[in-house]
Amino acid sequence: MPNAQAPAARSSVLKAEHLTKQVQSPEGTLTIVHDVSLDIASGESVAVVGPSGAGKSTLLALLAGLDLPSAGRVLLEGRDLTRLDEDGRARVRAQRVGFVFQSFHLIPSLTAHENVMLPLELAGHAGAREAALETLRQVGLKDRARHYPRQLSGGEQQRVALARAFVTRPAVLFADEPTGNLDAATGARIGQLLFEMNAHSRTTLVLVTHDAELASRCERIVHMEAGELPGDSG
Amino acid sequence: MRAVLLSLRMLSREWRSGELGVLLLALTIAVAALTGVAFLASRIDSAVAMQASQVLAADIRLESPQPIGEADVVAARERGLLTARTTGLLSVVFEGDRSQLADINAVTAGYPLRGRVTVAPQPFAKGRPASGIPPPGEVWPDSRLLAALGGQVGSRLSVGAAELLVGRVLIARPDEGGTFTGLVPNLLMNAADLPRTQLIQPGSRVTYAALFAGSPDRVAAFKQWLGAHRHRGERLRDISSTSPQIKSAVDRAGRFLSLASLVAVLLCATAVGMSARRYVGRHLDSVALLKTLGATRRFTIALTVLQLLAVALVAAVIGAAIGYATQEWLIYALRGVFASQELPPASLAPVGMGLLTAVALLTGFALPPLLQLSRVPAIRVLRRDIGPPRPLVLLAFGPAAAVVALLIYWVVLDWQLFLWFTVGLAAFIALLVLAGTLLVVVAGRLRGRAGVAWRYGVASLSRRRADGIVQIVAFGTGIMALLLLGIIRGDLDGDWRRSLPADLPNYFFINIPPQSRDGLVGYLHAQGARTSRVLPMIRGRLTAIDGRPVEQLRFADHRGEEFANREQNLTWSATLGADNRVVAGRWWTPADYGQPLVSISTEFERWLGLHVGDRLTFDIAGETFNVKVASIRKVKWDSFHPNFFIVFAPGLLDKVAGTYLTSAYLAPGAAQSLAGLARRFPSVSIFDIDDLLADVRAVLDKAVLAVQSVFAFTLLAGLTVLLAAVQSSRDQRRYESAILRTLGASRRTVLQSVLAEFAALGVLSGLIAAAGASVAAYFLTTRVLSLPYVFSPWACVTGVVGGGMIVVASGWLATRSVLRHPPIATLRADV
Repeated sequence: MPNAQAPAARSSVLKAEHLTKQVQSPEGTLTIVHDVSLDIASGESVAVVGPSGAGKSTLLALLAGLDLPSAGRVLLEGRDLTRLDEDGRARVRAQRVGFVFQSFHLIPSLTAHENVMLPLELAGHAGAREAALETLRQVGLKDRARHYPRQLSGGEQQRVALARAFVTRPAVLFADEPTGNLDAATGARIGQLLFEMNAHSRTTLVLVTHDAELASRCERIVHMEAGELPGDSG
Repeated sequence: MRAVLLSLRMLSREWRSGELGVLLLALTIAVAALTGVAFLASRIDSAVAMQASQVLAADIRLESPQPIGEADVVAARERGLLTARTTGLLSVVFEGDRSQLADINAVTAGYPLRGRVTVAPQPFAKGRPASGIPPPGEVWPDSRLLAALGGQVGSRLSVGAAELLVGRVLIARPDEGGTFTGLVPNLLMNAADLPRTQLIQPGSRVTYAALFAGSPDRVAAFKQWLGAHRHRGERLRDISSTSPQIKSAVDRAGRFLSLASLVAVLLCATAVGMSARRYVGRHLDSVALLKTLGATRRFTIALTVLQLLAVALVAAVIGAAIGYATQEWLIYALRGVFASQELPPASLAPVGMGLLTAVALLTGFALPPLLQLSRVPAIRVLRRDIGPPRPLVLLAFGPAAAVVALLIYWVVLDWQLFLWFTVGLAAFIALLVLAGTLLVVVAGRLRGRAGVAWRYGVASLSRRRADGIVQIVAFGTGIMALLLLGIIRGDLDGDWRRSLPADLPNYFFINIPPQSRDGLVGYLHAQGARTSRVLPMIRGRLTAIDGRPVEQLRFADHRGEEFANREQNLTWSATLGADNRVVAGRWWTPADYGQPLVSISTEFERWLGLHVGDRLTFDIAGETFNVKVASIRKVKWDSFHPNFFIVFAPGLLDKVAGTYLTSAYLAPGAAQSLAGLARRFPSVSIFDIDDLLADVRAVLDKAVLAVQSVFAFTLLAGLTVLLAAVQSSRDQRRYESAILRTLGASRRTVLQSVLAEFAALGVLSGLIAAAGASVAAYFLTTRVLSLPYVFSPWACVTGVVGGGMIVVASGWLATRSVLRHPPIATLRADV
């Protein structure tokens, strides 16, 4: 059985147990993730790599509670996400989880500043405005705070997305191909920023990527193939 | 609470970014069209009512053969109403040794409360408005009376025991009536002089009337009070019991306005629904992201509901303001149309109605798709192909259907009409859906047989299956509504204009003795007048129905009782008037002449609950006649030709002593010849309906104005739907056009493909809309507006060609910007 254990010295923050995800398709039942177990320690950075269609993004969605597995369970800081309803999982995400996506996913109707404020507001934090501005400063975009996403370049949009991901000081940050939509130079700068901020905030990072350079900066790399984890390297 | 605060903050951000704009625009236009119609309708309604009230000289009129108690008048004054009294009786008036029977009306100060009395210094002259009523000691006889008596201003007339001075000549008073109750000349006097005349003795036939006028709500409240405190024998008259000519025009205009505003509501509802669909499409990602970031479903629902409420509020305020401004402008632009007076100010009720309608439209048409938005799973942030789960059909269409049904009922307020309307609408939409599905299937089959632009254009119909069907329904409904209103407006307008040509008879001649008949007609012809047919007129009373005396019968309608209790004007005729249509039974043939048969009007049928075959007993000049109802006629009262509720078969009443009546058109300035006629045929009553005609023309002018302006509003609403329908697929179209152009398609090819798609949509929806509009127009003109229906082939041509062109034009307008957009910008934006 494929398994990936957290380093023994640190406590586990995210744990997947025998995760399986199946969907119905015209050709019958399709297994996208098959019996995956994974244990990620607090503050650890883990890269999930593998060919397209290996089930990386689906695994990430299951780990983040964006989707429910067909079998198995996910424990985030000891809480079983699979036993929570959709709103319960949303509340956990609001408090403990951050996201960075390949296509940035900024809300086009909100300014950069408002996009960063949003998760704080959803989680009911006081002082959202100042905290968001400070995080924007950290990613070097304080001057663009009042700009809308369409007025920003791809790299700038991803920096706003990074600020939004870190502003709540999440326990776990999920990044899905964060440099996939960017040119090599911009991608490298974003990668750099991601790891710097991660180190600074001591957040646990789960990174899905095709970018070998980016993956190599993680403490651990897990390889995924045809929905399974044959083994991982640290 | 936190959700509410955050929702409000989110809302203000959405607002700034203009994302709510499309929905807001659709709703604002909807409310503007609706309130515009309502403002205009309310003003024109009150203008029409006011015009009609002038015929009563009041808003409501309480009549009784007994003096009307002071309590009613006090109650009216307490409720802030104006009051006046009139006392009417027939008596012979003398000037020296000449005498003439006259209809004497003694009035109190304030009379008339509506309309005005016009007077002149000599008979048959042009009248000028009088200030006030005749002072005590003075009378104002009308031209006929003065001509018959040979008197003039300054003469002294004996009215009963009193001798009174002729101060002026009465030319018209508002309540002289549109019906032929006042057959004798008129005399107006001050009520203070009445006791001196000693005319009122026990047994005198006197009609006492109390007049009331005031603001519509006060009048309505008082009417209710009167209903509960009415005494036996009292008769309440308001606009609904006024002259049938005006009532008929007001009714039709009212029905058209209701219909038009209903169409505007439904069109706007479609536009709102389509905008909401687009809004949902554009916000799937944002909601998925909000959920990813931790927003609960309750929060997203709260956000949606709050946004809708805010949109409704803003749309109601802006829309009502635009609606008000537009109708003000319309009235200003068309001010020349009004005959005499300005329109009364608009009431503010439409603003509340606008808000209510905006909320109802949003609840029915926008809330279901927007609530669906809250069901978008968070996983969409990673998998764009995942949308919200499909809603249950009942949840998706139930609220919309309920709101439509409610709105229809609210406007038509008639179960039968409501059923016809909803069933018709549902059938029409089902037909459109079927046609849309067929088009989509056929388009899919034919895609390989055309050039690239056409292939792509027609193929996109089958690709966007649901969108295509929705668009056909929207286009079809919009085009049908516009065509339908176009057809009906034409019918209505044409009918009014036909019914009121400039040379319509403006004088009626009544009480023509049989021996004077030919002489009078000859005299009129010699004066250059055109006369209509000469009909006999006999007074008679209905005494029994199917052998049961009318005193023992109870009638469902109070008018039935009034009919049964008073003398009727009867006639006999071999031919059916051109303005009469037999709706039951049959008109007589020469074989029936001399048979005891009678033909009754539909009003008589309804008010007395009669049927073909019923036996009626009449007392005519002391002789009893038992007759059978042979036919029921629908009479067009607004034709202004002599018409009777009851017509006997020829050969039955020939021997009964009666008189004749006719009508004629006399050119203006015929005063002298009328004075001569009055002297030569003293027993003939001359009835001048020029003023009544002017009143009716003024009412019709207002009704025509209303019809035209409401049509303009509905046209706007229809165009909004077309634009919303085109907008609904714009984002996808933008994306596909970017890909096509990236692959090397020229702008021309892309444009052609879009035009091909819209042309197919437009022509098909136009065709179905034309068919639907023709069927609906037939139903509405014949059943609701009581007009003859003429099939108009232009509706089909306009539907297909016009519909196709409008849809293609809106398609082109909406796509133009798509083509201007560089493809790379679209692809980068990741639509």
